[in-house]
Amino acid sequence: MAIRWGSYKVKNLYDELLRATGRPRPAAQALCSYLRTLKDKEIEEYKVAAESAIHVMGITFTVYTEEEGSIDRAWPFDIIPRIIDKQEWLTVEQGLKQRVQALNLFIDDLYHQQKIVKDGIFPAVLLEDSKNFRPECVGVNPPLGIWAHICGSDLVRDKDGTFYVLEDNLRVPSGVSYMLENRLVMKRLFSEMFEQYNILPVDDYPSQLYDTLAALSPRPGDQPEIVVLTPGIYNSAYFEHAYLAQQMGAELVEGGDLTVDDNNIVYMRTIEGLTRVDVIYRRIDDLFLDPEVFNPDSLLGVPGLMRAWKAGKVALANAPGAGVADDKVVYAFVPEIIKYYLDQDAIIPNVPTYKCINKPERQYVIDHIDEMVVKPANESGGYGMLIGPQASKKEREKFIRLIRRDPRNYVAQPMLTLSTAPTLVDNHVEPRHLDLRPFILSGEQINVTMGGLTRVALRKGSTVVNSSQGGGSKDTWIVDMEAT
Amino acid sequence: MLSRVANRVYWMARYLERAENTARLVNVNTHLLLDLPKKIRLGWEPILDITSLRDYFYELYEEVDERNVIRFMVSDTRNPDSILGSLNMARENSRTIRDIIPREAWEQVNTLYLTSKTHSRSAVTQRHRYDYLRSVILGVQTISGMLAGTMTHDEAYEFLRMGRNLERADMTTRIIDVRSASLLPDMPEELTPFANIQWVSVLKSLTAYQMYRRKIRQRIRRADVLAFLLQEEHFPRSFYHTLCQVNACLDNLPRNGKIMQLIAQLQKKLLRANLEKFNQDKLHDFIDELQLGVIKINDTISKNYF
Repeated sequence: MAIRWGSYKVKNLYDELLRATGRPRPAAQALCSYLRTLKDKEIEEYKVAAESAIHVMGITFTVYTEEEGSIDRAWPFDIIPRIIDKQEWLTVEQGLKQRVQALNLFIDDLYHQQKIVKDGIFPAVLLEDSKNFRPECVGVNPPLGIWAHICGSDLVRDKDGTFYVLEDNLRVPSGVSYMLENRLVMKRLFSEMFEQYNILPVDDYPSQLYDTLAALSPRPGDQPEIVVLTPGIYNSAYFEHAYLAQQMGAELVEGGDLTVDDNNIVYMRTIEGLTRVDVIYRRIDDLFLDPEVFNPDSLLGVPGLMRAWKAGKVALANAPGAGVADDKVVYAFVPEIIKYYLDQDAIIPNVPTYKCINKPERQYVIDHIDEMVVKPANESGGYGMLIGPQASKKEREKFIRLIRRDPRNYVAQPMLTLSTAPTLVDNHVEPRHLDLRPFILSGEQINVTMGGLTRVALRKGSTVVNSSQGGGSKDTWIVDMEAT
Repeated sequence: MLSRVANRVYWMARYLERAENTARLVNVNTHLLLDLPKKIRLGWEPILDITSLRDYFYELYEEVDERNVIRFMVSDTRNPDSILGSLNMARENSRTIRDIIPREAWEQVNTLYLTSKTHSRSAVTQRHRYDYLRSVILGVQTISGMLAGTMTHDEAYEFLRMGRNLERADMTTRIIDVRSASLLPDMPEELTPFANIQWVSVLKSLTAYQMYRRKIRQRIRRADVLAFLLQEEHFPRSFYHTLCQVNACLDNLPRNGKIMQLIAQLQKKLLRANLEKFNQDKLHDFIDELQLGVIKINDTISKNYF
């Protein structure tokens, strides 16, 4: 017997599958028993099968520091799933819907009357300094009043098991294809478990995405022409772009495939000539979208796209400028934002966040920097962060200088003890830290994925789960125990 | 469909076909050299001529020996037309159109490239070469089969078939051109039996031997071989057949008028030719014309659709 739960210790933190006593949580019982019956050889076979499935399917992830020429790297996948009881999940789902709804109202307000600023809830100075506020978007009315149609929010659990939102990704969140692929691989490998458990499906995401996008078409009634706009094959998420286009039956286009005419109509170049495009699911950043308006050197974008969008002749998802609400300083205000627009308390709490722009909070961060995680406002993927407890003295001093120089750009959070889940290391299990990224689609209605992408820090003790920094992923099972 | 995508499907098919053809070519040459007496020094140079890569070869290597040519034609990715280079290009093209081709087919393209790369050294030794080349040929055939069986036969599929057939047309003319040059009537009397072997090798390079035999039951004659490889309607690698295929593809595509006209002209020229009467020079000129025709068709397709 290869997996012995007796030697798996849960100490002073929350484990997704096991309690502190070492016994499985109710929802994980069947899984743990099943894993215990596996022989070394079977585990090895599972691992090989998972690896080869991933290799052959070409699920790869680009890491920027990797040598030139090798743009492929298999995205590590751990075969032990993470399990969450449906009852618990329903609350999380409500919380995510609430959050995204409020954020969309917030963005729409910022580009119109800015009532939240006038009412003194959100400081004007933050808006003035924001790197992601786009003056070009002021006064624009996107369809349904929605700016962030696709949102990926990162959740973590602390010691006691409470879910917190760590950040919201409102620009071009990625990872959903890995969620879908992981499930496919798991169904191949663990089919017995799928019979035993009632695991809620995730496969309807592409069709929900299609519906969300189709509802934005400027020519309602006709079958809309939807395209996915990708920066191309050298982008780290290219696999996902192709995957989603394929799953939706949409064209996968690059900037060069599109053109905008003098009447602000967007066309794609096809073998028949030019064909009109209605909705663009764009996977390139704002600043590369349109060289006429933003970065003039961008070869990825489409000249004239912004005027077509402003004229309402084409829909863009997410809308340009939506990123204003996902920087880490805005994050600190989300509970107030929810209260302001919806008059509700946040269902999922934020991680307590110190805003360095406020002098007392700044001083607190500097005094306690060895306990803090310090984050710049506008970086993603774990770049440019300081993890206080693990950093050297020199690094901490460097960050103190950075904070003093540009306080608005930094927030800090106490170091959480992230939850763990059993993860295969060689042929036995060890705890590894993880987070969860559910995806929320907002259109005529709001849909949340059943679970999401669980990212796991594969290095022992590490809490950095980003795929760009050596993280891996797991399948996430939302199980309905009442129906099981 | 998107012009860019049509372009990539087309080239994916061309590169896959090129990898397969190159594998056949190397394989047949290996066998041919074993059968010929040592005083006929055909060697490996004709392979470089067939693929028009002689100049490029000399930039990278000094000596035309078996080892160098095999390396250059099989595993040297500096040569984009090598087997590995072609498979890589096929993979790069298909990687960008994964929303168009069925997933199993992409997986197969990916696997074929990866395994061919891993084992490419084994092609250098004669003993393992056959297995290696065979696995490349089978791999490409598997992809073709998968595409035929699982891909919707829509416009994208037509571009795929056009790419495959034009690549075939190109290779057929190249093989005839170079091989026939060394198979001249001025061959000394005592060597005529070997002329037969060489015509057989021409047929075999195009996997045409068995099919030729079924159709023409006399001893192998130059004029018959030429007619079979150029004018036969039903053999998949005959030049005429490939043109008919391209024509059928175009029939299902928009804005096809001008290209179909070009093809009709070339077909007419081809069928009118009396190959029996062509001496080597005339044959060479004729093949040149056919090749120019293929190039023109390719360019017109590019301009029209991509």
